[in-house]
Amino acid sequence: MSLPFILFFVFAIVAVVGAILLIVAREPIHSALSLIMVMVALAALYLLLGAEFIAAVQIIVYAGAIMVLFVFVIMLLNAGVEERTNWSKIAKYAGLPLGIFLLFELAHWLARSAIGARIANGSEGTNGAVSTRALSEMLFQKYLFPFEATSILILIAILGALVLAKRDE
Amino acid sequence: MEFIAQHPVLVASLVKIAILMAVLMTILAYLSWFERKIIAHIQSRWGPYYVGAHGLLQPLADGIKFLFKEDLTPPASDKFVYTLAPFLALTLAITTLALIPFGPATVWIFGHETHLVVANVDIGLLFLFAITSLGVYGVALAGWSSNSKYSLLGGLRSSAQMISYEVSLTLSVVGVLLLAGTFNFNELVTSQQGYYLHFIPRWRIVPQFIGFLCYFTSAIAETNRAPFDLPEGEQELVGGFHTEYSSFKFAMFFMAEYANMVTVSCLATILFLGGWLSPFPDRWTAMQYLPAASLLALAVYLAYDTFAQMRGIARIQLAVVTALAAVLGLLCLLPAVMPVIQGPFWFTFKMGLLLFFYVWTRSTLPRLRYDQLMSFGWKLLLPVSLLNLVVTALWIVFPQLVNHG
Amino acid sequence: MSAVPISYYLVLSAILFGLGVIAFVFKHNIITIYMAIELMLNAVNLAFVAFARAHKQLDGLVFVFFVIVVAAAESAVGLAIILTIAQNRQSLNVERVNQLKF
Repeated sequence: MSLPFILFFVFAIVAVVGAILLIVAREPIHSALSLIMVMVALAALYLLLGAEFIAAVQIIVYAGAIMVLFVFVIMLLNAGVEERTNWSKIAKYAGLPLGIFLLFELAHWLARSAIGARIANGSEGTNGAVSTRALSEMLFQKYLFPFEATSILILIAILGALVLAKRDE
Repeated sequence: MEFIAQHPVLVASLVKIAILMAVLMTILAYLSWFERKIIAHIQSRWGPYYVGAHGLLQPLADGIKFLFKEDLTPPASDKFVYTLAPFLALTLAITTLALIPFGPATVWIFGHETHLVVANVDIGLLFLFAITSLGVYGVALAGWSSNSKYSLLGGLRSSAQMISYEVSLTLSVVGVLLLAGTFNFNELVTSQQGYYLHFIPRWRIVPQFIGFLCYFTSAIAETNRAPFDLPEGEQELVGGFHTEYSSFKFAMFFMAEYANMVTVSCLATILFLGGWLSPFPDRWTAMQYLPAASLLALAVYLAYDTFAQMRGIARIQLAVVTALAAVLGLLCLLPAVMPVIQGPFWFTFKMGLLLFFYVWTRSTLPRLRYDQLMSFGWKLLLPVSLLNLVVTALWIVFPQLVNHG
Repeated sequence: MSAVPISYYLVLSAILFGLGVIAFVFKHNIITIYMAIELMLNAVNLAFVAFARAHKQLDGLVFVFFVIVVAAAESAVGLAIILTIAQNRQSLNVERVNQLKF
């Protein structure tokens, strides 16, 4: 049980527990906190995979800005306790088992796939961390147009959010 | 002992973390003393004076008070989030200090050769910003879970202020990154060696002065300090997001605020003021005696002050402090310690200068109103940081443009 | 760091995606459903990064970058819509907003 294995299992269990808490939690604020837990565990897994810059961007943008937005909205709307509505019989007895079956089927076929066997030991000689310089070279040369397009997309999103949130005065 | 031999990196890191935590907790406690004394002297009064000699035991008294106060929990609040928020704030504030290098020298811990940094990460600066951006949660969750109007409003305002100024904070640093070309803290500092015109040190504050001003202003707003501390000003919102907290949890918010101040000052020191580099050229080897000389001068002054004290117990305490300063000063003269202490000495000196600026602005400037605060951040600081970034980028690319065009 | 086979990461990504689907289908607070969407996006990001590492190409990482940025834009607009819906219908239960017009 080498150190990478232990680290992987620790963070994987934290991520899965966070996702289960998201489903099980009664209040939306607890769901938000467990989603933040999932995101931080995923950032640690990105570090294990050698993508340092993506791990930092995940924490700065996803866990540090998007989830803050979620927490703000939950606090502002004072989203209360989840109500217990009546589930139909089909949903309770067929829906939930089918959902879990989907999950296990995906996992099973991915574990057994040809791709999984072929790249099961994607080893590298070096530390294997991706340098930010290489990533930014690719971002600004090969993917320059999507980069500029996403910046316009963010501008449109800001304008849209402003228009939607403005009260009619 | 085989454990130490087999896992040298782990043991060395644990020792460094223990030393860092001990030093940090002392600095946090005495930062409150420092602040109260300086604000008092600016306002022509003395500040804490009676608790120890010159009020030096005041932080200890405050700590005991915080520990023994009754720990109230407001009814109908979310107990888990209420307890989590101060822990989150303090943990995130302290974690950032693991990334900061305090000196260039190598030390030997249990036979393993390490540097004066707990974790030397290649993208240290990016991770530091990641952890500071998570610090918003401590404030927002504290305000919400206290289940009171003042706390909720204070928490929302405070966290909105923090995320607004985070943008200009990170943008004002990008100018430095463009000039240095790396995220690594060690390389950021070593790229500031050398001199312009043989006597001005090549610290980044010289080409990036506007960036430094933007950074420091955003940092004061980001850590919720005066003049940007409307969300926690006592006259406005009864204390903002930490109204309903008492005893140790309040102390944790208190310490988290000071730890944030220390982190931001450390970052400004590394990025703009040359980190652990001394401002004097390497030819002036007499400057190596500066740490020892300053500590011994402090010991002499304290010895003189011991006799000027009127109370016996103050004399005893001051005599102890004098002895401590003298021992540390003599320790800095040892040939084993002297090269190691140079880096941390200059780092602490520059950091202390920035903390003094922090306290100075707190006691001098009036508080900004919330809408003034937000319009200052979005309408003035953000465009100025962006302009700084564009001008720096143009200045770097200009020689290539001239060659091609 | 590469001693863990890539298929382990893919299985974890599939588990998280499945849990996201279950949360999306079975919860009835609009904000929680939206958080399940973000969970699914994160699971997909993990798969992208794992594949980028496996094939030793950086295109996967660039794609993850774009997914994160687009998720940020989408959540801004989506939460603004949720705020408007909550103000109009005074309820956050998704079963009460199942009509286009009152």
